[in-house]
Amino acid sequence: MIGLGHYLVVGAILFVMGVLGIFLNRKNIIIVLMAIELILLAVNINLVAFSAFLGDIVGQVFAMFVLTVAAGEAAIGLAILVIYFRGRGTIAVDDVNRMKG
Amino acid sequence: MTVQAFAFYLFATIVVASGALTILARNPVHSVLWLILAFFNAAGLMVLIGAEFIAMLLVIVYVGAVAVLFLFVVMMLDIDFAQLRAGFTRFLPMGSLVALILLSEMVLAIGVWNFADIGPDSRLAIIASDVPNIEAIGRALYGRYLLIFEGAGLVLLVAMVGAIVLTHRERSGVRPQNVSQQIKRRPEDATRNTQPGVGQGIEL
Repeated sequence: MIGLGHYLVVGAILFVMGVLGIFLNRKNIIIVLMAIELILLAVNINLVAFSAFLGDIVGQVFAMFVLTVAAGEAAIGLAILVIYFRGRGTIAVDDVNRMKG
Repeated sequence: MTVQAFAFYLFATIVVASGALTILARNPVHSVLWLILAFFNAAGLMVLIGAEFIAMLLVIVYVGAVAVLFLFVVMMLDIDFAQLRAGFTRFLPMGSLVALILLSEMVLAIGVWNFADIGPDSRLAIIASDVPNIEAIGRALYGRYLLIFEGAGLVLLVAMVGAIVLTHRERSGVRPQNVSQQIKRRPEDATRNTQPGVGQGIEL
């Protein structure tokens, strides 16, 4: 029978995959943003699993708020990416430190 | 093995595999497509435990909006992706080490952790068996969490305005429509009644 532990393991694997994605694709900010989405998805899986197995709806409401923040974060992040690309012609984040005064 | 267990293992396998391919794919467009597959299967996982509303939200918001936004940006920007992948092998050992430690710690914690007995009175909003999922969420959202819900709307508004402000640019050399000037224009400013004589022109 599928229990809470199964869902937590899936969430843990997905979370670690997101962290690994941030490490591996440090230069490609688009993939970094996608890895952050993966991390938030893992968080949502955990919240929904706890909500379902405890019989408490609050977890699902909270997952909705996480979803909201994730959507806003993706929109703002990609907007910053677009203006950065417009000014530099590249999205290599290594030389963002040129923004230092 | 029951159908539910089979479905769980199917969805879980695909979500993990597509998550791995999201971060490993050579082409960012493929990454986005794998991300979409991961979201779909996570939605399937949530349907399995009775969270239909969050599952549908995941498909509509993540696949319909966020993933398409990613796809849009990836395709719009003309980027040399090979150059961006240069550090991939350099970061691989360190990244794998950190990920391995993190994963083993998490699995250890889940393995030794015991599901504590939580009394019904310590739960905030108990899911009644006769109430559908959407109704239960609606009751919590528009009751106890109304203010936070409004706050979430505000977050989305700020994100929308922020994205527009960031990416909007004034373009020079174009003649945009001036709406207020057009509305303020009256017939007597724009037209003139004249009675030109025969054979004479009109002075403009």
